[in-house]
Amino acid sequence: MTASTLKAAAFDSAPKTAARNRARWASGRTYISAALIFIWCLLPFYWMIVTAFRDVGYTFDPTPFFTHVTWDNFITVFSTDLGNHFARNLLNSFIIGGVTTVVALVVGVFAAYALARLEFRFKFLVLGFILGASMFPGVALVTPLFQLFTNIGWYGSYQAMIIPDISFVLPLTVYTLTSFFREMPWELEEAARIDGCTQGQAFRKVIMPLAAPAIFTTAILAFIAAWNEFLIASQLSNDETKPVTVAIAYFAGAQPHQEPYTAVMAAGTVVTIPLVILVLIFQRKIVAGLTAGAVK
Amino acid sequence: MSIGAEPTTTHRAKSPKPEKPVKQGKEASGVGQDNRAKSQGKWATMLIAPTLILLAIVIIYPVINAIVMSLQHDQGLDPVTGTFVAGGFAGVSNYIGWLFQQCASPNGGTEACAPGSVGSQFWSATYTTFFFTVITVVLETILGFWMAIIMARAFRGRSALRAAVLVPWAIPTAVTAKLWFFIFAFEGIANKLFGTAVLWTGSSGPARAAIIIADVWKTTPFMALLILAGLQMIPADVYEAAKVDGASTWQRFTQITLPLVKPALMVAILFRVLDALRMYDLPAIMTGGANDTTTLSLLVVAQIRNGFNSAAALSTITFLIIFIVAFIFIRFLGANAVDAASGGKGKGK
Repeated sequence: MTASTLKAAAFDSAPKTAARNRARWASGRTYISAALIFIWCLLPFYWMIVTAFRDVGYTFDPTPFFTHVTWDNFITVFSTDLGNHFARNLLNSFIIGGVTTVVALVVGVFAAYALARLEFRFKFLVLGFILGASMFPGVALVTPLFQLFTNIGWYGSYQAMIIPDISFVLPLTVYTLTSFFREMPWELEEAARIDGCTQGQAFRKVIMPLAAPAIFTTAILAFIAAWNEFLIASQLSNDETKPVTVAIAYFAGAQPHQEPYTAVMAAGTVVTIPLVILVLIFQRKIVAGLTAGAVK
Repeated sequence: MSIGAEPTTTHRAKSPKPEKPVKQGKEASGVGQDNRAKSQGKWATMLIAPTLILLAIVIIYPVINAIVMSLQHDQGLDPVTGTFVAGGFAGVSNYIGWLFQQCASPNGGTEACAPGSVGSQFWSATYTTFFFTVITVVLETILGFWMAIIMARAFRGRSALRAAVLVPWAIPTAVTAKLWFFIFAFEGIANKLFGTAVLWTGSSGPARAAIIIADVWKTTPFMALLILAGLQMIPADVYEAAKVDGASTWQRFTQITLPLVKPALMVAILFRVLDALRMYDLPAIMTGGANDTTTLSLLVVAQIRNGFNSAAALSTITFLIIFIVAFIFIRFLGANAVDAASGGKGKGK
């Protein structure tokens, strides 16, 4: 609204100072709103990091900046004295997230290509099915899979989590890649063929470099989705295969009925920082991937 | 499972040729085109088959399995031999049990489930689920719209703001739950900030409020980004024209912004509603379902270890509820996600 007010102000035949004042007021309001959003989004995250670095004796200290700084909480997180195996949990999350992402990409990239580039019957139905699949409730899978995996001895195995994870990561992958592929300048492929490239060369030298960022962004989104999964893992993992999300939810402290807040915040920081860095670096691409298909 | 409201309309609008049955097309003139479509169709089938087969294995098979399971009685102890035996065919009695909150009584019949037992919570869990869904989605839509409008403006630091809103989105929900659990702890920062002494997760109202705030914090950015993408599709000259015609700010918002952003907005709301209806992580970690925060997903998980078969019936009911809500959204409110996904060429209606 202010953008148009600004433009309007420029168009106005009213005295210039009034227009300038109004424009200044409008941009001032924009900055105030932006600051509010900024604070609202980052303050809880900031509080997690402050607490993660705070001495356990000062857990509930309300001082808003870093005080009583210590690495102890991170040492607690990775120590196995209290029955936690956080390093193991991290590895599990990488295995589950990694395998899920690779499977979803390898299978989904072909479907996305077909959906974006080819004309065929039932395309609408296929898209509908894939979208419907991504909105499928996890609990409707957990119950039958719990029994099935128990019966065939897969309960607590990696595949017991990877298989249900594919049910929402694969649709997400196909959906995002399809929108990306639809935007790609495919004419270049034909141009390369006309210029004498073989089909293989055209694919390798023209299409691959163009598609790589799209595939990479999709991989990040898919990995984050699998990494953040909690419901399925909380029901189908065991102590050896438990991923970080489940580990953090049931993190054991020194006292049985006392929540080890500072250690949990440290664990949360360890889990979150890589994602946040990834997201900040690829911000533009990720926003494009997230909103791909929802508009246009 | 089709999401499409009007598949035929869209299909026709998109590509009139393949709409006809293949044979008829061959008899008609466009033979070359038909062959091309046919060979593309073959290719497409080969490329799409792995995805569909995999999805069928990971979704359709468990769903059918759940339905079959839900028609059996739970395993029970045989009163004579004292061993676990399969329950046998139950018809729809598991479903009736949930809907009328009837549990098996010791004498073999059914009776009203004991207060507090899993079986007695179906309607309260349904209510809680819808309560969370309506409140969070309404708040997220309003807040998300506001954020999107701000992010759409040109000002210095805009990309920093867009990066900042991605932070809550990227944090795993399990971590979000723990973070807000800590913020809302009795000695936590929320009570200190507001000078209150509320036992946030200790009673119904505050517990629900805590979960709603955590959910709104976590998912509003997603909503805002989807709405922002919709806002950016509106050409600026439309606003110029309205301005020249003397439309007020409010009129421009209701007459231009809202109608033009509506398709993107409806898709965003649809995504969020379906996501909120299966809410599990936040209540499971923050309250464990205590104090009227048990959602349907929590109830299913609570039932799994009591008996697979009635859990399967409940998960099927949950799935049906979500399916019906999605259907209503797409059919009556015009949230056409598939249309958007297929490039929006079918917006002919």
